Amino acid sequence: MSVRRLAAVQPDSFAFKPETLEKANWWIAKYPENRRQSAVIPILWLIQKQEGWVSEPAIAVVAEMLGMARIRVYEVATFYTMFMLEPVGSAALIQVCGTTPCQLRGSEALMKVCKDKIGPKDKLSADGKFYWQEVECLGACTNAPMAQINDYFYEDLTPDNLAQIIDDFAAGKTPKTGPYNGRFTSEPLGGATTLKDPSLYDGSAAKPLKIPNAPEAEVKA
Amino acid sequence: MVGILEDKDRIFTNLYGFHDWGLEGAKQRGCWNATRDILSYGRDWIITNVKNSGLRGRGGAGFSTGLKWSFMPKEVKDRPHYLVVNADESEPGTCKDREIMRHDPHLLIEGCLIASFAMQAHACYIYIRGEYVFERERLEAAIKQAYEAKLVGKNNVHGWDFDIYVHHGGGAYICGEETALLESLEGKKGQPRLKPPFPAGAGLYGCPTTVNNVESIAVVGTILRRGAAWFAGFGAQNNTGTKLFCISGHVERPCNVEEAMSIPFRQLIEDHCGGIRGGWGNLKAVIPGGSSVPMIPAEQCENMPMDFDTLRGLGSGLGTAAVIVMDKSTDLIKAIARLSYFYKHESCGQCTPCREGTGWMWRVMERMAKGDADPKEIDILLDVTKQVEGHTICALGDAAAWPIQGLIRHFRHEIEDRIAQYRSSKGNFAGHSIAAE
Ligand SMILES: Cc1cc2nc3c(=O)[nH]c(=O)nc-3n(C[C@H](O)[C@H](O)[C@H](O)COP(=O)(O)O)c2cc1C
Ligand code: SF4
Ligand code: FES
Repeated sequence: MSVRRLAAVQPDSFAFKPETLEKANWWIAKYPENRRQSAVIPILWLIQKQEGWVSEPAIAVVAEMLGMARIRVYEVATFYTMFMLEPVGSAALIQVCGTTPCQLRGSEALMKVCKDKIGPKDKLSADGKFYWQEVECLGACTNAPMAQINDYFYEDLTPDNLAQIIDDFAAGKTPKTGPYNGRFTSEPLGGATTLKDPSLYDGSAAKPLKIPNAPEAEVKA
Repeated sequence: MVGILEDKDRIFTNLYGFHDWGLEGAKQRGCWNATRDILSYGRDWIITNVKNSGLRGRGGAGFSTGLKWSFMPKEVKDRPHYLVVNADESEPGTCKDREIMRHDPHLLIEGCLIASFAMQAHACYIYIRGEYVFERERLEAAIKQAYEAKLVGKNNVHGWDFDIYVHHGGGAYICGEETALLESLEGKKGQPRLKPPFPAGAGLYGCPTTVNNVESIAVVGTILRRGAAWFAGFGAQNNTGTKLFCISGHVERPCNVEEAMSIPFRQLIEDHCGGIRGGWGNLKAVIPGGSSVPMIPAEQCENMPMDFDTLRGLGSGLGTAAVIVMDKSTDLIKAIARLSYFYKHESCGQCTPCREGTGWMWRVMERMAKGDADPKEIDILLDVTKQVEGHTICALGDAAAWPIQGLIRHFRHEIEDRIAQYRSSKGNFAGHSIAAE
């Protein structure tokens, strides 16, 4: 369990941008009428997209919007570590996966790069551009070591790649996402060992077919 | 031939995203073919055939999928039925559902329709971990295509009104536990519920609900199209079908791959991953089913069939088929200590043995990794894992205990050596303060 609290310094207010509000309402519409609360995580996340983090006034607005007690929204915001409770870097939030499969393939060296270039973890950098964290398995372990930067995954990283990526973000660029060792996704490096049979892709699988062990015609409803 | 499975028998033909993920591409590859016929044969036919295929849940526990579906109430009464798909994918080592959602999303959507129909659900929620932003965007785009083509939605071509929604999850490991997932989906902290009641009786919003893993659902369309016997023809008895394996760690070429269940470990690694880094003699241990299962030492690995029953027999498990390979350069104590940190971080905190135990075990493991411990503490640690195991609301407690038990079972000597080394370096053999704070 991680114990998390809201930031000591809070803004006076929070307001939805029109496009954020539209998205929030789109989420609310996915759940039954009397179950608006289900949208709390998606909406807190939208707020984080808009502001970079989740503030106390934002929590109050969400509580109002979803008909929840404030403490319930507060609980959600502090329970899920994906929610940032203080301002993060203006250029990038870097989350390096430190769990064992990534550790086995060099995540510690990636974290050293972050430390050297950005500063201590879990803190805004001196120039306000970066914030980095060590996080738990992000579900991309065959592309280890990896990091999530802002929304997307940067995979098969080396310390040099990561250093370059950080420099690019600092320069206002958005480096490409995905693997950095030349592979396409999670196929073996150097080429897939499977899925080479051309008949899988020539449309023959789309031809009309008879389902095996279909029941006799008369019991068909 | 490479591996055991032939390409023509692979379900996830766009596993790596080399081809079109969209509706047209999916149809070309056979998805949505004869779905209407499948539904026309009725619920019982579907459930019977899924049972006969031998499909066991791909989320970790390996429970028969067809049987699980049959636990839903036979008649819909005052409360609607729900299918909830578990796309939380947070068990370290596991990254297969991600590939389905971003590269073959229509197989999942089709499976959701078939499974929901079989359980008389008109709505399905797919709970996807919050960090999978790209995967969520892709899945939403695919669902939009399916609605536009009237494959799902009200008055769709399949004749079963069906809404499918992606839910944005909180990115917590514990939300993979099915009742924590339901709590989270209801907009609360993801803390597991006491069972009973089971979700089939009272799940989402108190309604009958079945929770299934992404892979379990995404294979169903193809199983029914090709026949239960086809699927049951792969693997060993009671361990049938094809399976996505995620191989990470110290292999030459880590990858995800679909193979026949029960493929021997060595063949899986040699054929698809280019072998163990530094050669076969360099293998030290394998965690064969995601971080929660105990490790297996190299000597037992070579010919072991990768399936539920064999691995259970070896005191481990197939879990999610996330194979974490560790070569001789690995500091196993440190590797397991890092997992202990993971479980401490991810405990939801509602039961004392887990909340306190995971922190305690982690702190002791950190000291053991340095050698800063008393040899007697190894047994104390083992004893604590036993006290946590089986004494908690959900299986996270067990998951935290097992990796440590596996380490002590097979590599106790390494811990002892580490302690001796540390002590000699300090020149201090006097009694040591026991355990952690
Ligand atoms: C702590 C914990 C985490 C879990 N995480 C996942 C997960 O990420 N994905 C998943 O499908 N199942 C996960 N499970 C298993 C689910 O509770 C559930 O058994 C599974 O989704 C059922 O689907 P299946 O029968 O298709 O395997 C987890 C279980 C526990 C105890
Ligand atoms: S075992 Fe741990 S994670 Fe599971 S309910 Fe108890 S405290 Fe929460
Ligand atoms: S351990 Fe890093 S992504 Fe899974």
